[in-house]
Amino acid sequence: MNTRQQNKITYSWYGKPMSSDRKLRTSQYKGILITSERSRTETCIQLGNFILVEGENADQPFVAQLLDLYEDGAQQKHAVVQWFSHITEIPQNKRKLLKREISPQEVFFDQVPGYDTDIAVETIIKSIMVIPLRLGEELPVMLNKEQTFYVKQSWDGKCFKALSPDTFSKLKEARKKEGGIPNSSNSLIPSDIISPLKKETENVVRSTTKPKNVELEIESKHSASKSSLAKERHSQRVANDVKTPTARKKLQLNSPIRSPKGRLLGSEVLELLDDLCDAVAPLEPSATKRRVKFTGILGSPPKIPCANEKSKSVLDTAEDWQRFKDTIQLSPHSKVSDSNEKAKNLNVKDDTISLIGYQKRCSQSPVLSPCSRRICVQKTNTRIAEQVSILNALELNQEEDFLSSSDSSYSSSSEEEKDDVLCTPEKKTKSSRTLSTPKSSRKSSVHTPAKTPKKTPLPGTPKTPRNATPEIPRRNHAAQKPASILEEARLRLHVSAIPESLPCREEEFQDIYNFVESKLIDGTGGCMYISGVPGTGKTATVHEVISCLQQAAENDELPSFQFVEINGMKLTDPHQAYVQILELLTGQKVTATHAAVLLAKLFNTPGPKRKTTVLVVDELDLLWTRKQNVMYNLFDWPTQKHSKLIILAIANTMDLPERIMMNRVASRLGLTRMSFQPYTYKQLQQIISSRLNGMKAFEEDAIQLVSRKVAALSGDARRCLDICRRATEICEFASQKRTPEIVRMAHITEAIDEMFSSPYINAIRNASLHEQIFLKAILAEFRRAGVEEATVQQVYHQHIALCRIEGMQSPTISEIMAICSRLGACRLLLVESSNKYLHMQVRLNISQDDVMYALKDE
Amino acid sequence: SSQIVTKTNAFATRMLSGLKFLTYCCCQYRHLLELLKRTTVHGESNSALVIGPRGSGKTALLNWVLKELRKMKQVRENLLEVHLNGLLQTNDKVALKEITRQLQLENVIGDKVFGSFAENLAFLLEALRKGDRTSSCPVLFILDEFDLFVHHKNQTLLYNLFDISQSAQTPVTVIGLTCRQDILELLEKRVKSRFSHRQIYLMNSFDFKQYIRIFKEQLSLPAEFPDESFAQRWNNNVQRLPEDKTVQDTLQNLFHYTKDLRSLHLLLMLAVSNVTVHHPLITASDLQEASRQHRMDSRANIVHGLSVLEICLIIAMKHLNDVYEGEPFNFQMVYNEFQKFIQRKAHSMYNFEKPVVMKAFEHLLQLELVKPIERPSVRAQREYLLMNLLLDNNQIMDALQAYPNCPTDVKQWAASSLSWL
Repeated sequence: MNTRQQNKITYSWYGKPMSSDRKLRTSQYKGILITSERSRTETCIQLGNFILVEGENADQPFVAQLLDLYEDGAQQKHAVVQWFSHITEIPQNKRKLLKREISPQEVFFDQVPGYDTDIAVETIIKSIMVIPLRLGEELPVMLNKEQTFYVKQSWDGKCFKALSPDTFSKLKEARKKEGGIPNSSNSLIPSDIISPLKKETENVVRSTTKPKNVELEIESKHSASKSSLAKERHSQRVANDVKTPTARKKLQLNSPIRSPKGRLLGSEVLELLDDLCDAVAPLEPSATKRRVKFTGILGSPPKIPCANEKSKSVLDTAEDWQRFKDTIQLSPHSKVSDSNEKAKNLNVKDDTISLIGYQKRCSQSPVLSPCSRRICVQKTNTRIAEQVSILNALELNQEEDFLSSSDSSYSSSSEEEKDDVLCTPEKKTKSSRTLSTPKSSRKSSVHTPAKTPKKTPLPGTPKTPRNATPEIPRRNHAAQKPASILEEARLRLHVSAIPESLPCREEEFQDIYNFVESKLIDGTGGCMYISGVPGTGKTATVHEVISCLQQAAENDELPSFQFVEINGMKLTDPHQAYVQILELLTGQKVTATHAAVLLAKLFNTPGPKRKTTVLVVDELDLLWTRKQNVMYNLFDWPTQKHSKLIILAIANTMDLPERIMMNRVASRLGLTRMSFQPYTYKQLQQIISSRLNGMKAFEEDAIQLVSRKVAALSGDARRCLDICRRATEICEFASQKRTPEIVRMAHITEAIDEMFSSPYINAIRNASLHEQIFLKAILAEFRRAGVEEATVQQVYHQHIALCRIEGMQSPTISEIMAICSRLGACRLLLVESSNKYLHMQVRLNISQDDVMYALKDE
Repeated sequence: SSQIVTKTNAFATRMLSGLKFLTYCCCQYRHLLELLKRTTVHGESNSALVIGPRGSGKTALLNWVLKELRKMKQVRENLLEVHLNGLLQTNDKVALKEITRQLQLENVIGDKVFGSFAENLAFLLEALRKGDRTSSCPVLFILDEFDLFVHHKNQTLLYNLFDISQSAQTPVTVIGLTCRQDILELLEKRVKSRFSHRQIYLMNSFDFKQYIRIFKEQLSLPAEFPDESFAQRWNNNVQRLPEDKTVQDTLQNLFHYTKDLRSLHLLLMLAVSNVTVHHPLITASDLQEASRQHRMDSRANIVHGLSVLEICLIIAMKHLNDVYEGEPFNFQMVYNEFQKFIQRKAHSMYNFEKPVVMKAFEHLLQLELVKPIERPSVRAQREYLLMNLLLDNNQIMDALQAYPNCPTDVKQWAASSLSWL
């Protein structure tokens, strides 16, 4: 993809406008030419073709079908598409509805309302194959995974449905048409072979797609931009093949790898082709015409690419014909045909290597008008289709043979692919291809792991398996159910227990809900800043809003959206925010700087099929950096026209934007603010009652007491719940012997005392006698000096004086130092580093009154 | 004699294991035990701090609780423990790695060398987020020297641990051990809000009677001691010991000095190390001697080893301190003071050359009995560098009393700076 971006690519209309609307000043076209300047390639995509469209994630382009092409009044090129959803685009919780394994190659006919089907032409990457299949059908095993997708079901945002016969036939039609379009790079399969007889169809598809695979394999070795080179070479080779078999043989001699079977080939293919034509002739009167066609090609070696394409497709069909003939007439000889094919493929490769010199000449001298040629080929194709359907009918009897033939051809082709890899001189995709080869050659359609994501855009490529997230081991014994009413209450009062609804935050809930909802409906972006002291339910409310919105989106009342949450405290560095957002949005893991670039691109460029993103940034203040670029970017994205980003930023301080943000950041954050007031005691009471939900575990007064206490202190709901929980424990502890009782005032008081009482007083009271005397000595020294700081030496003298009064043995300096450092470790005292020995300064860490109060009672 | 050796060894281990004394804090024990039991049995998340001064048995209490818990089968198989120490895990990055290692999650990543700090955190949070109350194995985080974790950047680790303990994820219980009473003031407001405010205080809240009991328990030989008759003799002796007045005084002094039981252990170790084949039972004098060693002032001891010249210099400094009320002095002042003494009073002292006196002065400097106020610079002359004396007058006088063969005139000079006038 990167190379694509560096490339200059021009998009131009193919052909003349089909119709134009005067009023709207639009004109419609039937195809578009994509010209890559660097590699001088030209691809033509026509209406009805299947295409890849650039997605927000470079690894995951969207699949779509081109329905309409038009140019509007402003000279902008537009395309109308029918989307196909990849499995990764379907919400996780809906995937289980499918009840089956989904191959990464499978897409769903998208009927989700709300996706913009009008896209800019510039987002089209290339054309691909989409093959409709019946629901029960197996995916045909294809080697060329990147180019081909299958569709079995449709997806309307809520459930999966089998394709309606109408869409099915339409898709098939489109594919047929595609097969007949000469310029499309995928025009090589006669897709018409799909017959109503299912089982058989599948087999046919499997076998017939083989040659195409080979073709595309060659192409995919080159980057997208180079693929047409390969085509040209290929067609040149075709021409050579047809014209001078001997010359080709010479080339073969030059080739690095040669199988004995390869020698079989050369002229034999031609012979077979001739045979085939002969065999068909009686059945089909126009067979002669085809021969004429051939000769036409023979006669004009220098061709424009478009003509080459045609000749190639003709040859391909011929190849298919050959296969059919084999299966019908020469089923015992299927081996021979296999080897032929194989050898031929070797040639394909050889030619690619050796015939590079030809390409320029080819593209320089156009002789035949592409249009007429195309028509011819189309005709031929339809004829072939007719014949094939007849043949299919014949084949019914020979299914066994057919199967064996297709199998052997399959295995041979996988071998080819290996050879292919070995001798491909292309560097670009080689590594990824060699990786994928062993897997794809396996019969089961295991999708290829470890693709280099940038070079081979494949939707649904699984991430490296090493990134599997670990899990804490499961417990061996089941967790006990709460046995008593107190245990049950404790469970419900735990902060982690999520209540059905959040009481007391209805207004805030409604405000946030309305904000996000309106933005969602408008399809615009915006920011909201939510502040409030810890434990006032900010995050919980936002989460509830999001889950309500998600519910609404599921019920189709709102457009669906993506929800991403980051927490400043859970990041090691503010810049990691980019990484986390990107990972949550697209699943990519990149470095912070790269993530910033990707996110900027994602939000700043109009993308098709983009959902609104709701981003919750918790603990916003921790995203502060000196240059504030993280915050700047976060709040800048929603202001972009196409971003569709809604940000809910949460922090503690009400005036955070004014205090720590630069003007340009604060201005982007906007003025939509909301502040969560600390809970009042009534609200806290309601919160506890609603959690207890009518359970008789607490006295009413007890609840009121705890609510009032906490409301007076902080209004932190977490604290409130913690106290209640502790009170249940105390209650349980106290009433162990007697009958179970409910939590009373006394228990609450005890719990509150335990949590909020200052530890210092108790610490002083439990200190040893000399430690207490030392504190007294400090007080005495402070009083003497009038300064609240003293050296140990000064305190020591006071200490000795006190000891004499008390009639106690006075401690040595070493002991005094030890006492001092012990009190310092508890932080009753603040002491300097001890290397100053007697001269270190000592201060009290608590008020003198507290010390006196603590020592008085003794 | 080998028996005695084994016996002494038995003491050493018993004294250091220090589990006996915990009987006095059974309330805290029950609180912690119930807390951890609920974590393992019900999968309830919690957080608690065990706070108490050094040597008050925080770690011992926790180990005791864990030992009891492990006796229960349901708990033993259901609990993952993560032990962290603030002195070892000096930042969150190291701590996260250690957590991952102890939870044995690193093998999940396979061959991958452990990534960046950010990846690590995301990885661990993801791992813990995946669990839920009823199905995941509870994790017990023990943070020793909890106060040091508070100084980590943004308190990221603490925030996340407490956040997990307050949300419906893998059940975790975070137990912090610290000696700082002001620990809650160090927590950031968000972190503090998420902490459940359970504080278990260990305060050494026993009185002297309990202290004597602990003393007896610590010294008593256990029933499984091989030589029964000796054990009985020893234990009887230990029971009778505290009745002795000197023993009581010794213990009382120690008790007044500190309630830290480690000091008691140290004292008893010193006493018990006197036990030999010929002196099989511990006596009051042993304890007294041990107490004397235990209380010894380290600086005064250094003074005992000084030469007379050095002692004289220290006395000169003491006089300077008296005259100038603790103001700093320099070598020249000390030398002048010393010269005055030599010229007027001293009969026994030889008049040393100035460089010799300087040498003696530098020796005192090296012993850190004197300390320069500022770092010596190249420019300043050594004689005029300002110094402080790191000895108290009392220490000097005590040391002189004990100093062997101290000349009488020096002693007199020390007693009064004015006596020679």
